[in-house]
Amino acid sequence: MSPDLLKLIFGRLTIESLPLHEPIVVGTFAVVATGGLVMLAGLTYFRLWGYLWSEWFTSVDHKRIGIMYMILGIVMLLRGFADALMMRLQQALAFGGSEGYLNSHHYDQVFTAHGVIMIFFVAMPLVTGLMNFVVPLQIGARDVSFPFLNNFSFWMTVGGAVLVMASLFIGEFARTGWLAYPPLSNIGYSPDVGVDYYIWGLQVAGVGTTLSGINLICTIVKLRCPGMTMMRMPVFTWTALCTNVLIVASFPVLTVVLALLSLDRYVGTNFFTNDFGGSPMMYVNLIWIWGHPEVYILVLPAFGIFSEVTSTFSGKRLFGYTSMVYATVVITILSYLVWLHHFFTMGSGASVNSFFGITTMIISIPTGAKMFNWLFTMYRGRIRFELPMMWTIAFMLTFVLGGMTGVLLAVPPADFVLHNSLFLIAHFHNVIIGGVVFGAFAGIGYWFPKAFGFKLDPFWGKLSFWFWVTGFYLAFMPLYVLGLMGVTRRLRVFDDPSLQIWFIVAGIGAFLVFLGILSMLMQFAVSFLRREQLKDVTGDPWDARTLEWATSSPPPDYNFAFTPVVHDNDAWWDMKKRGYQRPLTGFKPIHMPSSTGTGIILAGFATAMGFGLIWYIWWLAAASFIAMLAVGIGHTFNYHRDFDIPADDVIRAEDARTKLLAGAK
Amino acid sequence: MTVAVNPTQTGEPVFYLADEHPHPEGYSTSLGFWIYLMSDCLIFAILFATFGVLGGNYAAGPAPKDLFELPLVAVNTSMLLLSSITYGFAMLTMQQNKIGQTQMWLAITGLFGAAFIGIELSEFAHMIHEGATPQRSAFLSAFFTLVGTHGLHVSCGLIWLVTLMVQVWKFGLIEANRRRLMCLSMFWHFLDVVWIGVFTFVYLLGVLR
Repeated sequence: MSPDLLKLIFGRLTIESLPLHEPIVVGTFAVVATGGLVMLAGLTYFRLWGYLWSEWFTSVDHKRIGIMYMILGIVMLLRGFADALMMRLQQALAFGGSEGYLNSHHYDQVFTAHGVIMIFFVAMPLVTGLMNFVVPLQIGARDVSFPFLNNFSFWMTVGGAVLVMASLFIGEFARTGWLAYPPLSNIGYSPDVGVDYYIWGLQVAGVGTTLSGINLICTIVKLRCPGMTMMRMPVFTWTALCTNVLIVASFPVLTVVLALLSLDRYVGTNFFTNDFGGSPMMYVNLIWIWGHPEVYILVLPAFGIFSEVTSTFSGKRLFGYTSMVYATVVITILSYLVWLHHFFTMGSGASVNSFFGITTMIISIPTGAKMFNWLFTMYRGRIRFELPMMWTIAFMLTFVLGGMTGVLLAVPPADFVLHNSLFLIAHFHNVIIGGVVFGAFAGIGYWFPKAFGFKLDPFWGKLSFWFWVTGFYLAFMPLYVLGLMGVTRRLRVFDDPSLQIWFIVAGIGAFLVFLGILSMLMQFAVSFLRREQLKDVTGDPWDARTLEWATSSPPPDYNFAFTPVVHDNDAWWDMKKRGYQRPLTGFKPIHMPSSTGTGIILAGFATAMGFGLIWYIWWLAAASFIAMLAVGIGHTFNYHRDFDIPADDVIRAEDARTKLLAGAK
Repeated sequence: MTVAVNPTQTGEPVFYLADEHPHPEGYSTSLGFWIYLMSDCLIFAILFATFGVLGGNYAAGPAPKDLFELPLVAVNTSMLLLSSITYGFAMLTMQQNKIGQTQMWLAITGLFGAAFIGIELSEFAHMIHEGATPQRSAFLSAFFTLVGTHGLHVSCGLIWLVTLMVQVWKFGLIEANRRRLMCLSMFWHFLDVVWIGVFTFVYLLGVLR
């Protein structure tokens, strides 16, 4: 075929785009492909495709979507962590003239992919998944405000993840660092597809995130059950509300800044170029106006989880509920006023730097208030050291440390020394792992029995806990030391042999974390096998306090046979204390949204469009766009999107639970 | 939420609603659409900010004074403002259940919108013909992106308008269609407000600069 025709069909995708010359990538591909084929064969052999499609992929049930988000987050964690291990190994090896085992082309992709995946496709899905699963249950609702949109949002997030994963085997990923600063990320310095994968991966996923933010705000504002005033909402729901406000108020900024970068790359505009009046610093400002709220988007729900866990496992009402709510709101607002602390060294001058330094330090006040609230909740409580509580205590110790190094970095003169050093790397891993990751794990352990009807195995959980915590400290404390000695981030080889020992210790730490992750997977497997012994028949395995524990584990499709009425902050605790009797008669049909495949189809076309744009396959991009438009408009012609669960089905489900409860006593 | 949660006669607290009614369809839609509009507003805010920062960087190329023809922009602005009024008429006739008139006003709105897009495109074509391309300077990049994003929104609004006209024609002014017309109404007026910002901030101030 003529080269012109090939170019028309495949854009700039050629056989050379496949990294066949990179043994590491080929090996990875072999493993992934074999694993994938085994899984596909298994699904086909056990005839699970129909089940997955009708019960999960097309489901608009917030609980199932929440669980799918969690699975996505955990799968992507494995990929992101593999990148982390590779970096630790490279840095531990590359001393005394050794080049290590990764060339710079590959290493630069690894650190970029690690950051992008961990933030967008691990932390975000874990947090969104927990919010999706828990919030409607906590507010006594049957689903979210826009169930179809919820399904669509999830699949857009998957679409973004698919594009980022595709870059591993087709072409390459960005070599720019996780925020892709121009001019490096501009077409002149990054002419290949890496940055385009970055842009379209994040744009596709970003649409999903924004829409799910709107959805959850509406859910919390409009669908609370009677009696649940704003100041009676569980703290997790409050943090979810603030987080989703942050999402809606910050993700559009990311969308715009990436769109402007794409214009620079595709059309040749001059937003972030060095010529013709462009300004690269404009990009840095804009992306951090999204980026700083983003870290609070991640950590606020974690704070909510810790609040629920602390009060449940201390057997006490949360200390200082009102101050907790106000602290959350204050953090939400302040998170917009600190973005410039990410680049004090840009040279904005003493006054601007002072302003942003001070606002940054002020954030530690509401955060500190929260810390004391948790401590006072535990004070004189009857603390049960179940796994979620252990993660919470590990969080409190670790996060305080990370917070204090954050305040150090907030001092502009100190930041001039520490900017872009490993001290910074240690700081943000300290708060993100110590806060978000530990929070997600506490949340998983806490709500797992609600989602699946059996608890997680404590032995493997505790093993995972200790590997993670010790591994974390071993991996990141050396980086603080190295950072103070002046080692900058993203280095591939080192000259000074005296530094090597610190990198080796950090590498051992990362390996311990790896064992922690393996133990966690083992925990899931063992718990599944032992599910009969670990079964939760009561629906309230922790003697907990909020509404989600009022229904069965797992909850029925409709969540609550009758909409609950709330009289107190800890609604379920109040119900238990005042002798609430579960209704056994009078069930009625329940109105619910129907499943639809439109979400996954639309997201599939969006992903194909992204792929077309990345590789300049214009026909694919245009065709996918038109298909998306057609399917989207076609969907609006469907006016019948709900159905009624017949009363008989409700009676059957509720009777089954009555029998279960009777057996438990 | 005005549901009685008072204790029953026996003094027992009520913990669940024995007799409940599902939320009406579209219960959250107007709030959800408002929040969506605010997120869209943020997109424009960032584009305005970008124009504010880069709008003076002509890179020795053409400046607003050399490019903008205010009379043409005035005509264009009036097209969009008139379309907002006619959309208002469509909503009024919708309230009175007059399908024919609603459809007519929607069609007129669409024509004004299309005229707006047409004039904008010809303005763009003229500028590009004169060498004032988006690639020429950061000012022009920011200009074309801000104004073009607004134009893109109006175009999406037009597609939506046609879709809704078909749906009203097929299914009548049912509750769901009224809600959809309401959402498009908010969208359309929102774009008008944004255009006032563009007209003032980009064109008028640009010519003064």
